[in-house]
Amino acid sequence: MEQILDLLSWVAIVSGGVLCLIGGYGLIKLPDMYTRMHGAGLIDTLGIGLILVGLMFQAGFTLVLAKLIMILIFIFFTSPTATHALARAALNGGLKPQVEDDGVVLPIDRPQSKPMKPIVSSEKEAESSKT
Amino acid sequence: MMFVVAIVAVLVSMALALARALKGPSVYDRILSVNTFGTLTVILISVHGFFTGRPEFLDLALVYALINFIGTIAVTKFVTFSGMGYPAKREGRGDI
Repeated sequence: MEQILDLLSWVAIVSGGVLCLIGGYGLIKLPDMYTRMHGAGLIDTLGIGLILVGLMFQAGFTLVLAKLIMILIFIFFTSPTATHALARAALNGGLKPQVEDDGVVLPIDRPQSKPMKPIVSSEKEAESSKT
Repeated sequence: MMFVVAIVAVLVSMALALARALKGPSVYDRILSVNTFGTLTVILISVHGFFTGRPEFLDLALVYALINFIGTIAVTKFVTFSGMGYPAKREGRGDI
């Protein structure tokens, strides 16, 4: 029984560590801030989760297990919230995502905050340009 | 031994996140990297507690997770609105 638990713990911790490394590599290599969020999400969900599950196999049915489950649940709820708030702030702050030009109008490209043109003066300008 | 593997992987990943935080072109990259760094710190504290045979360190990890979330939201709001006290009055921006 002990060896089975150790084996499960090894599998979970090694795969969690590998996913953490992949996420860190993605943080370095991905080209855009919005794509780098994918690497951070990889660390925040599966990397963290698998390492914590591996620790749970070592803990046994004690108070330590309850604390580990509390950490896991808390990170699973707060990490997407923080990432969502960050993406929203970046989009509002004018950071454009890298996209291929396929004709899609992003919300950041829509002219929503431009002041409306004064119609009268523009007509006058048009008339003056005609004459 | 398995804890050593986890600690090494988490430390390398923390170094990569810190490199992105130092290098990042925009401030949002830095916030993202620091958030990831804090999450990895939570795991590092937990694994260190198991490594030294004192799992009471999990309380510190739990508190660190709380502080990390609050700090990330606060810094994001500060960067977006140039202040912490504004409600979502300005049109087209919305709150966090």
